[in-house]
Amino acid sequence: MDLTIILQQLVNGVSLGSLYGLVAIGYTMVYGVIRLINFAHGDIMMVGMYFAFTGIAMMFLPWWAAFLLSMLASALVGVIVDRVAYKPLRNASRISALITAIGVSFFLENSFLVIYGGVPKAFPIPSVFNGAINIHSVIFPNIAIITPIVAIVFLLILLFILHKTKYGMAMRALSFDIDTVRIMGINVDLVISLVFALGSFLAALGGIFWAMRYPAINPLIGIMPGLKAFAAAVLGGIGSVTGAALGGFIIGVTEILVVALFPALAGYKDAFAFLFLIFVLLFKPTGILGEDLERGRF
Amino acid sequence: MLKVKDLNVYYGVIHAVKGISFDVPNGKIVTLIGANGAGKSSTLKAIAGLVKPKGSILFSDKEIIRHPAHEISKLGVALVPEGRRVFINLTILENLRMGGFNKKISELEPLYEKMFELFPILKERAHQKAGTLSGGEQQMLAIARALMSEPDLLMLDEPSLGLAPLIVSEVFDILRELNKQGRTILLVEQNAAQALKLADYGYVLENGAITLEGEAKGLLENDEVRKRYLGED
Repeated sequence: MDLTIILQQLVNGVSLGSLYGLVAIGYTMVYGVIRLINFAHGDIMMVGMYFAFTGIAMMFLPWWAAFLLSMLASALVGVIVDRVAYKPLRNASRISALITAIGVSFFLENSFLVIYGGVPKAFPIPSVFNGAINIHSVIFPNIAIITPIVAIVFLLILLFILHKTKYGMAMRALSFDIDTVRIMGINVDLVISLVFALGSFLAALGGIFWAMRYPAINPLIGIMPGLKAFAAAVLGGIGSVTGAALGGFIIGVTEILVVALFPALAGYKDAFAFLFLIFVLLFKPTGILGEDLERGRF
Repeated sequence: MLKVKDLNVYYGVIHAVKGISFDVPNGKIVTLIGANGAGKSSTLKAIAGLVKPKGSILFSDKEIIRHPAHEISKLGVALVPEGRRVFINLTILENLRMGGFNKKISELEPLYEKMFELFPILKERAHQKAGTLSGGEQQMLAIARALMSEPDLLMLDEPSLGLAPLIVSEVFDILRELNKQGRTILLVEQNAAQALKLADYGYVLENGAITLEGEAKGLLENDEVRKRYLGED
């Protein structure tokens, strides 16, 4: 196989991986603050896709306005899910919250099935994201170049929020000790809502770019990328934002390269993320950049 | 400043604090002493709003028993929790920022300076993770973090726990200094000798009830206290 194709596939893998990374960040942040694997998070991706679809195809908004509104509305959906479904269970056992998350996932999928129907919709791709560029006779689709750039920009913004703003610091403090954050005069429920808002905002962003990559959307479309993003979060080290992004890149690149190099394995492409998951859980449960979150907890 | 009346704390069927009443007057140091499990920490947690008690807690003549913890902090009550509980994944400066969460940006810089003056060790390490500090330094940071909110009432839960005797005296010297500057302090301690030497007034807690109270000097000379808490025959 020649170098051009490998280069193309690498760019493609990084592009796919950055989508997993964007979604994985939400898993890792929510787990960091309330120790919940939010299995409805993949469905927030789907919600983001349908909101953007509605904005462009039904309300005829300019694409950037539709995207932005979709991400904001998805952030709101994430906050509402937390307030309605998870907050009442804050002091319940973790398994109750986990089962509730699966319930929320089914609820979102079926609500959108009722509203939009089960027939896949064609996601309208704005022309900026169409087309391809040709560098030294290697062809890169625009979307494959833009996706990782957008992902990295938003990752940097998120890291800035986490390290330079007081609410971001509170999120990091919260991942070690909830009661002590409370006695600092910090409204913990508000901080948790902000975590859900940020995570859902990024999941919707990931969803929109997913829809431009695979432009037929249906209400169950969030399940598989959601699960792979979860695997990415565990691989990177659950609780670590940078780890989640890194885990996403690794899984995306592996998935694309294995299929490119061994076409016979193409049918198993969805399995690699979960193989990673199994090996991480077996040999390094804290992941690549993860810390032992139980240290310093009550 | 603080008036606690008929305070009860339950954990399920366990009755941890059984109807205790005590006062912390403005500008004084009051200590609650007692053995492990006597209900001292539960009392502080109840005042801070971390557990939901029954009874009455008046802070500056305001009933705060139904307030959430973050509102109680905003009213001017700070707690240095048992085991210090500094945010080990945050830097020292970030820990202080969390303590002064509700302060305006312009108020922060003078407060940092004040803390660094009180605890010079924190200044040298301002940008290090709090997890790299020793136990004594973490205790200093926990106190500085609580002071960042400029509380009217500073509550400390076992500040001497797990510290070397020399460091314990250092911590108590700082508390004495803070009190001289006018800070009201409610101190919970198992180290009864040190606590009673520092305090103006003391209460002895046993199995969730107050069994003795009085001027701290008097308690230091009380036979019962000497036998049970100061380890004398």
